[in-house]
Amino acid sequence: MAIGESIPRKEAWDKVTGRAQYCDDLPVTGLLEARLLTSTCAHATIVRIDMTRALAVDGVKSILTGDDCPELFGPLVQDRPALARGVVRYAGEPVALVVAQDAPAAELAARLIEVDYAPLPLVLTPSQALADGAPLVHCPVNGYKKVVTDMYPEAGTNIASRYKIRKGDVQAAFPKCTAVVRQRFALPPSDHLAMEVRTARAEISADGQVLITTASQAPYTVKKQLAEAFLIPAGQIQVKVPFVGGGFGGKAPVVLEILAFLASRSVGGKAVRLSIPREQDMASAPGRLGLEADITLGADGDGLIRAAEMTYWLDCGAYTDIAPNMTKAIAVDCTGPYHIENLHCDALCVYTNHTYATSFRSFSHESYTFCIERAMDLLADKCGLDPLEFRLKNAIRPGSLTPTQVLCSDSLTGDLTKCLTGVKALSAWEGGRAVPIKQDTVRAMGVACFWKSANPPTDAISGAMITFNSDGSVNLNTGVVEMGSGGQTDLAQLLAERLRIHPDQVHVVMPVDTRTAPENWKTVASLTHYMAGQAVLRAVDDLIAQLRQNGAQAFGCPPDEIEVANGRVFSKKNPEDFIAFKDIAQGYQSPLGESIGEPVLGRGGFMLKGLSLLSPETGLGQTGPAWTLGAQVVEVEASLKTGSYRLISASTVMDVGRVVNPALMHAMVAGGMSMGISLASREAMTYDAQGIPQAPNLRSYKLLHIGQEPDYRVAFVETPEEGSPYGMRSYSEHGIIGIPAALGNALSAAFGRPLVSLPLTPERILNGLEEGGHDPV
Amino acid sequence: MIRYEGKTVIKLTVNGSVHELAVRPSDLLLDVLREQLGLTAAKPGCKNGDCGACTVVIDGWPAKSCLVLAVEAEGHAILTVEGLGGTAAVQRAFVEENAFQCGYCTSGFLMVCHALQTQHPTLPEEYVIEEWLASNVCRCTSYEEIRAAVGRLYPPEDAP
Repeated sequence: MAIGESIPRKEAWDKVTGRAQYCDDLPVTGLLEARLLTSTCAHATIVRIDMTRALAVDGVKSILTGDDCPELFGPLVQDRPALARGVVRYAGEPVALVVAQDAPAAELAARLIEVDYAPLPLVLTPSQALADGAPLVHCPVNGYKKVVTDMYPEAGTNIASRYKIRKGDVQAAFPKCTAVVRQRFALPPSDHLAMEVRTARAEISADGQVLITTASQAPYTVKKQLAEAFLIPAGQIQVKVPFVGGGFGGKAPVVLEILAFLASRSVGGKAVRLSIPREQDMASAPGRLGLEADITLGADGDGLIRAAEMTYWLDCGAYTDIAPNMTKAIAVDCTGPYHIENLHCDALCVYTNHTYATSFRSFSHESYTFCIERAMDLLADKCGLDPLEFRLKNAIRPGSLTPTQVLCSDSLTGDLTKCLTGVKALSAWEGGRAVPIKQDTVRAMGVACFWKSANPPTDAISGAMITFNSDGSVNLNTGVVEMGSGGQTDLAQLLAERLRIHPDQVHVVMPVDTRTAPENWKTVASLTHYMAGQAVLRAVDDLIAQLRQNGAQAFGCPPDEIEVANGRVFSKKNPEDFIAFKDIAQGYQSPLGESIGEPVLGRGGFMLKGLSLLSPETGLGQTGPAWTLGAQVVEVEASLKTGSYRLISASTVMDVGRVVNPALMHAMVAGGMSMGISLASREAMTYDAQGIPQAPNLRSYKLLHIGQEPDYRVAFVETPEEGSPYGMRSYSEHGIIGIPAALGNALSAAFGRPLVSLPLTPERILNGLEEGGHDPV
Repeated sequence: MIRYEGKTVIKLTVNGSVHELAVRPSDLLLDVLREQLGLTAAKPGCKNGDCGACTVVIDGWPAKSCLVLAVEAEGHAILTVEGLGGTAAVQRAFVEENAFQCGYCTSGFLMVCHALQTQHPTLPEEYVIEEWLASNVCRCTSYEEIRAAVGRLYPPEDAP
């Protein structure tokens, strides 16, 4: 059967022959070119914009500024202009948009626009932003139109929203603890660095039809936001998304599409391509958030965690985008997968003058997990326990309550104990202590656990349509974007399993066109298998019912006597006498020439059910259908004198519910681990004191290259999730989550000092050592 | 009035065919391949020589086509993924080892690996493979899949 088989990606040959077309691979003839001018100040009033010289460039068609677009944008609260209006709030913010005959003219004109800024005081970290008398990034912070109800901006501050978790009685519990640790953490922002730079095209026909072609994870959101902002009937907007060259959450927000639309509108609807260089993709388009945290954990004499108090401050940058939801998501899962009865957590989304943040692979669970899992190691140490055994002791289990007081079961959360014991064996766990191997060189391991649930809108939807070809194979059409996460191949396998055909017989429509594919909320949150998957299964059931109808008429028996399997329709009473799909799926013609039945067209829809908003006072509620959890270990060999280290191995055991495609799931998880190692070992968006990004390019901002990677070990636990297709859990983002923490734990063990920040570069490790490190309170 | 100006006709030999093209002195080989010849397998990832997504093979050696001017490429044999057809060993190896996810860096890695196999017909030392492949960046895979694909290019001679 199809499930459990390591089939190649459905689009594999398109991708190795160069046939897979990404947005910018589409023909460029007949396109005008649009380019951005971005802010050189992190916080300033725009005093003057002089376009005289730019407008004189031959071939320039139009130049837009904030004056040309009064609308504000944002998925949760509308706080962001398409082009800065009067004030810039981060260096890299779009200030002007040039449309010209060709790229050289557009680029030249953008350079010739003169902008005078009057600098304003700025804030670059949540700590600075929350200090008394801090300059305000937005004033008034609560003056914007809310798109959702669970946004709580605090007037007169830089706090865009706050989420509270109150469970048990922390005040009573802490005094009973015999071991208490308290630690502050600070993680810098970084970038998604999808290999494909964002790009978008727009044209508007004479009768007002808008066509957007874009590299987006959220084509239906593009349609919706443009329709609402510019008062266009949604049906007049068509959004096309070809292959996407990596998203990691960074292509979920609607950014360039708005600008491309404005550009086209300014030139009478002519087709326009908006291209940005890598430097603007990093500095102007949203990145990963920064995070500060203060965590206090207390355990009793048996090494059981009795109380936890924590505050997270997310650096969302200049605009909120989806960051308040990430703040909420961090609050929802704030403890990690541990049984803690007394909990007090505040998670704050804080404006700064950084590039604004958006969803990042795992909805930034890797960030808070670094903090909580480092604190876990500190507490294990204080209790005198092996960090892995300490986690086993405190692992979440059936009957535990999550931070938002959802009752845990194997189905809902999975089995952490199996993951921990699994990773202990897989990594050949040595107890978490540094082992000297030669002069000034040690080996050490670090462990971290993770869990994640999703935070979709409570009414998010998916759909699937299936048609037959004349050879009996099927075409699957969903609104799922193919950006590397393999969702389409998972869906093909689910379809094949349900229809009982070989996956080779499933053709998947890869590009999304909102005119032809049923709406799919977004391709985010690792929910493709769950949402689109259920839509696919319903579409298959619909197909089968119709095949039965045709079969019943062809065989002259009741539909419930008809069986559908192996590409055939037959009566259970006589399986030897069958009709192949190719002869019955488009209606059946009898040997006598009689037309029987109807063409078979499968459709399925799915809407999320049973989710809730959180109680503003206690956090009570359930935001996602289920959790995925796991345990990870990283092993390093560290040079104590130089601060440098080599990655030896990285292991993950994850409860994925059901292994649908062993090879692809392994690759997806290992890819996530690789991203985690890159993030933790070298990545940061660095800003100078004026808030100017220092390294928005791939020359300075180094990613992991081949030859720097550890030996990856991946294994799966299969505790089925009830209600999810074939028991599958989300898995595609999750490989990243615990890796920065496990690396931090390994290096802290190796160097004998608690490391509390990222990235873990030799320089920073050594400096930390020279400063005497940071001891737990 | 401010102007840019000047186009020249050059002949480029790409995937065995000769093309006459009008280019500006500053046009990148990458852009000319993609926008004039429709050969879009080579991708812009940084246009700064850092990521390798634009790698093509020139006279048998990998080259970042964002660092080559179109006018410099005249008189040289340029090979792109489209020129591999679908028959190069490296293409099948990448499919079999899941050596890509989003696929955006794939063309570049394919060309590096193809040139590696051409220049090193027998299995090179590990460090040589790493030196060749470290020119390119992949954000999706763990690299272990790409290594495995390279391994498939050099089957053990004594295999049964």
